[in-house]
Amino acid sequence: MTDAPTPLLEVDEVSVRFGAVQALERVSLEIRRGEIVAIIGPNGAGKTTLLNVVSGFYHPSEGRLRFEGSDRTHLRPYDVAALGVARTFQNVALFKGMSVLDNVMTGRLLKMRGSFLLEALHWGPARRQELEHRAFVERIIDFLEIEAIRKAPAGKLPYGLQKRVELARALAAEPKLLLLDEPMAGMNVEEKEDMCRFILGVNDEFGTTIALIEHDMSVVMDISHRVIALDYGRKIADGRPDEVRADQGVIDAYLGVAHA
Amino acid sequence: MLDLLYSVLIGPLRDMGSAPAFLVEVIIGGLAAGLMYSLVALGFVLIYKASGVFNFAQGVMVLFAALTLVGLMERGAPLILALLATAAVMGALAFAIERVVLRPLVNQEQIILFMATIGLNFFLEGFGELAWGSDVKRLDVGIPDSSFIVWGVQINRLEMTAALTAGVLVAVMAVFFQRTRIGRALRAVADDHEAALSIGIPLNTIWIVVWSAAGLVAIVAGIMWGAKSGVQFSLSLIALKALPVLILGGFTSVPGAIVGGLIIGVGEKIAEVYWGPLVGGAIENWFAYVLALAFLLVRPQGLFGEKIIERV
Repeated sequence: MTDAPTPLLEVDEVSVRFGAVQALERVSLEIRRGEIVAIIGPNGAGKTTLLNVVSGFYHPSEGRLRFEGSDRTHLRPYDVAALGVARTFQNVALFKGMSVLDNVMTGRLLKMRGSFLLEALHWGPARRQELEHRAFVERIIDFLEIEAIRKAPAGKLPYGLQKRVELARALAAEPKLLLLDEPMAGMNVEEKEDMCRFILGVNDEFGTTIALIEHDMSVVMDISHRVIALDYGRKIADGRPDEVRADQGVIDAYLGVAHA
Repeated sequence: MLDLLYSVLIGPLRDMGSAPAFLVEVIIGGLAAGLMYSLVALGFVLIYKASGVFNFAQGVMVLFAALTLVGLMERGAPLILALLATAAVMGALAFAIERVVLRPLVNQEQIILFMATIGLNFFLEGFGELAWGSDVKRLDVGIPDSSFIVWGVQINRLEMTAALTAGVLVAVMAVFFQRTRIGRALRAVADDHEAALSIGIPLNTIWIVVWSAAGLVAIVAGIMWGAKSGVQFSLSLIALKALPVLILGGFTSVPGAIVGGLIIGVGEKIAEVYWGPLVGGAIENWFAYVLALAFLLVRPQGLFGEKIIERV
C-alpha cells in the first residue's frame, strides 16, 4: 500500500454554532497514531469546543468526524469513551467524594464485564476480574507517582495532584486517544515539569496518542510533535512547533492585531 | 419538683422494666414502622445519589404506585398480575422522567432539578387521581391485620410481613448498589455528571435504573402503608416522615437510611408509649422532627453521610 495509514482521528470541515456565536468554523485536522498534538490559540479561539466535539459533548452543526476511519460524528460522550477516547477537563472533574483509588478505578468501568449477581457476592470470576483491574490501576498509580495519596479523598487534594489523578483516571481506560484540556493550568514550575514528564512518558510507554490544549508556549514547544493553532474558531496554522511559532498569523493572533 | 423529675426520668424506665413483654412489643412495632420509613427514605437516597437531586415527588410516587395497584385490582386483575403491571408502569414512569425531565436539564443547577421534581409531584398527584379516582380505597393483599403471640409478645401479621418484605428489599438494594460496578458508576454519576460521561458511563441508563429502583421501592412502601391505612392522598405525606430519617442517616447513605429509619421508628414508639402520657400524647407526630433538628445542630451530615466541604 502506498497510502498513508488512516489517521486515528479526522476532523473534516467541522463547524459549531451556539446561537449567533460561531465557536468553530470549518475546522479540518487530523491526529495521527502515536503523536502528541498541541492545540493552541488565544482565549475564546474554540479550543475547548473542539475538544468537546471530539469527545461527543457537543455535536458539530456541520462537518464530520472520523475515528479510525469510520464516521463518528453523532456519538454521545459515553459511546466515544467506549471507542477509546479519554479526556480530562479544564476545571478538574474528579469524583470528589471518592478516594483517589476509587476515582482511578472508575476509569476501568468500561473494561468490566460479567454478572452483577457474582459481583454482588464477590465471588468467582467477578472477584478475579476486580483483582485484575485493581492490578492495572495500581500500575498507573505507580507510574504517575500518586501511591502516597491513593486512599485520600480526591476533593481534598491540592489542585496539581487533582490534575494528576484526573490523568490517572483517563489512563485507566487504556485510551487510544487521550484529550487533555489545559493539563498544566494553574501549576507551579515543578508541577509543570512533572506533568510534562508524565505526558511524554504516557506517549512513550503506552504509545497513547495525545491531543492537548495548552497555553504555556515553552511546554508546547518542548513536548509536542505538532502544533495546531486556532483563532476565532478557525484553524490558522498546523505544523511543526518551530514552524507554528514563526507563523505570522499565529503571532498576530496572540498579539491581537486588528482583523481587517 | 422532685415529682416531676421522677415522672420524667425514672417513671417511664420503671414502666419498661415492669412489663418487658410489652416493651418488646413496642420495640417490634417501632422496628416495623421504622423499616417502612427506611423504605421511603431509600427511594430518596437512591435518586439523590445518582442524580444529585432531592426528589420531592418520592411521596407521590408511593401514592401513585398504590393507586395504580388498587385501581388495577378493582378492575379485576389478580394481585400478582396487578403487581407486575404496576412495576411496569413505574418502570415506564422512570423512562419518561428521564426523557422529559432529567435529560433536558442535564448539568443544570441542583435547585432547578429540585423544582422540576416539585412539578413532577403535582403532575403525578393530578394524573393519579384523574386515572384512578380520588376516593379512599381499601387495599387487600390477603394478609389479615391480626396478631399472633410468641413468648407472650403480640405480633401483628401484616406489620411483620411488611417489615420482612421491606427488610429483604432494603438488603438486596444495599448489596446491589454497594458491591456491583453499577454502584461505583452510581457514585460517579452522583459526584460529577460530566466526568461520569467522559469515562463512558451512560448517564441516561443509570438514571432509568435508579428511578425504576425508586419506583419499585415506592410500590412496596405503597402496598404496606396502603394495606394499613387505605390508599388515599395522605399516603404521599409519609414522605415527610422520611425527611428526618434522611437527616439522621445522611442523604447519601443506603445503610444510613436503614438505620435512621429504625432509630426513628423505635424512638417515636417508645417516646409515645412511655413519655406520651406526661405531655398528653401525640409525641409520635413530632418526635422525628425534633430528633432531626437536634441532629442538624450536632451532626449535619447525618450518621453515615459524607461530609462535603466545598471550597468557595
